[in-house]
Amino acid sequence: MIIKIAWKNLIHKPWNTGLCIILLAFGVGIISLLILMQYQLEQKFSRDLNNIDLVVGAKGSPLQLVLSAIYHLDAPTGNISLAEARKVMDNPIVKKAIPLAYGDSYQGYRILGTTKGYVENYDAQIRDGRLFSEKMEVTVGADAALRTGLIVGSIFHGTHGEAIGGHVHENHKYEVVGILEKSNTVLDNLLLTNVTSVWQVHTKDSENKNSIDTLHATTLDLNHAHHGHEHDHHHDHDDLVITADSMDITAILLKYKTKRSIMTIPRFINEQTNMQAVLPALEINRLFYMIGVGGSTLKLIAGGIILMAGLSVFFGLFNRLRERKYEIALLRSVGYKQLHLFSLLVFEGTFLALLGYGVGWGLSRLGLHFLNQQAQHDFNLQFDNGLVTGEGNLLLLTIGVGILAALIPAFQAIRMNVSATLSEN
Amino acid sequence: MIKVKQLSYKYPSGPLIHFPDFEVKGGESLLVLGESGCGKTTLLHLLAGLLRPTSGKIWIDDKLVSQLNNSQMDQFRGEQIGLVFQKNYFIESLNILNNLIVSPYSNNKDHAVTISKRLGIEEILNRYPKQLSVGQQQRVSIGRAVMNAPKLLLADEPTSALDYRNCKNVIYLLLEESVNNNAALVIVTHDDRLKKEVHNNIELFPITNQMN
Repeated sequence: MIIKIAWKNLIHKPWNTGLCIILLAFGVGIISLLILMQYQLEQKFSRDLNNIDLVVGAKGSPLQLVLSAIYHLDAPTGNISLAEARKVMDNPIVKKAIPLAYGDSYQGYRILGTTKGYVENYDAQIRDGRLFSEKMEVTVGADAALRTGLIVGSIFHGTHGEAIGGHVHENHKYEVVGILEKSNTVLDNLLLTNVTSVWQVHTKDSENKNSIDTLHATTLDLNHAHHGHEHDHHHDHDDLVITADSMDITAILLKYKTKRSIMTIPRFINEQTNMQAVLPALEINRLFYMIGVGGSTLKLIAGGIILMAGLSVFFGLFNRLRERKYEIALLRSVGYKQLHLFSLLVFEGTFLALLGYGVGWGLSRLGLHFLNQQAQHDFNLQFDNGLVTGEGNLLLLTIGVGILAALIPAFQAIRMNVSATLSEN
Repeated sequence: MIKVKQLSYKYPSGPLIHFPDFEVKGGESLLVLGESGCGKTTLLHLLAGLLRPTSGKIWIDDKLVSQLNNSQMDQFRGEQIGLVFQKNYFIESLNILNNLIVSPYSNNKDHAVTISKRLGIEEILNRYPKQLSVGQQQRVSIGRAVMNAPKLLLADEPTSALDYRNCKNVIYLLLEESVNNNAALVIVTHDDRLKKEVHNNIELFPITNQMN
């Protein structure tokens, strides 16, 4: 009955109740959204970082290199020559080297020249068709396929650069040969082809039929270029077919055989070549630190809102107690003990907190939905609606605020002089 | 059955007040008369255990209730005592049916319907307290007081605000319910009209007269 009375009391005063719930909901919604985004961003960033120890690219901002080469969220820092890159790739300490060559995009989705090692690195599976192998063959990431409508057999032209509406390479047709299974990695939003395709489209006189043939003729297999090395790293980039050392690529992703030399190679690259080597984990930690500062500020504000909500629950219950003192006295006179009345008010505070949390949780999901539309459009980023452990703590915090706000009114209720209240006229 | 012996109460910042001894058997009734300010409501609250006596003893149904602690008293009151106040108090957010079964010791809807038929309020069980007339509110208050089949039925000025006809109705209902439940009925009032209906009465005198 106490729980029923607590619930009915809240419904009986919808405006008071509504105000408390709305205040709580805003605080909870903002914090919940922040927790969700931060958690998923970190998840996503660490998933995409999978097995990559080092990124090598043109000199410039290290963070930009990481964001562009691993996450495809930024423009590349520039190009590096394959001849220089090969020095690093052939280093015996390198277990896996994945070259990346950017150039075109299709409907805003980046066409990336790489090797099948890139796909293997993320354990991505083929859903339809097969992996690219020949020039101008493309395997499309799951989300990119969904949004561009590309299917196996589709033929399309790339647009130069990243922007939609840029120069279209009319003479070069890409053919879709496969679609990837969704892997929740950066692959989902990429169109993958081999490096040669990117070169072919971008060679200065590539519009000339002749030079393409020349290009093709001078193609050589990297595999044959360095017989001397151990077998185990041959296979990792054996499908990279290059034309000449004068060609450029954009970046290389490296995986070491051992973690021991994690610092020596970057130093060598940064000092001895005109490329830069960046430890992506380090850069991402730095980035999260910076995001974290902004997130903390927002959380502080949202915490303030929850505190305000707690106060409004407190004043709401406290004021209502004055008009409800006869009800409290009546409840005592029909046999409820002090503990019952105490719990009545605590239940009311808890219900308010739960409702506030529920509405706030809904708000955060709604916010995420809109944010997703924006993020999808701007960054090819997508957040899930999944529950996060931080939200469990937030629930406990909210209930704590509700109970705390109810404590003083609850003590007032049990200390009430029933006899005096009932003798009032 | 209720029995009171050498009962006295000292107001926290006021006079000590002595009450006469009396005894009321189940099904019988007692009128406690007196002008306002002579401690009628105090006596009623002492009997109900809402106030604790300074000295003296109260037995209800052969149980010495003046010795119970607060929590035991709350439970005893819930189980054995029915209270009707001068004003009609309700839980505003609950409908009449739920107001009848609001006590943790009388949570029986069927019983509530039976009693409401006896009191002629079965039609309004789904309404809310604010929607009732004063007469209806009074009946609901009496109904709630007898929901637990009390051994002691206490009424504080139940008729003072009522006209003659309603006054008669209420006192008949109280007498009827005390007989139905075999409860001792104690009514404190300054309403002399009730003397005609309840012959057994004692009178309290203004507190100043008792001080020496």
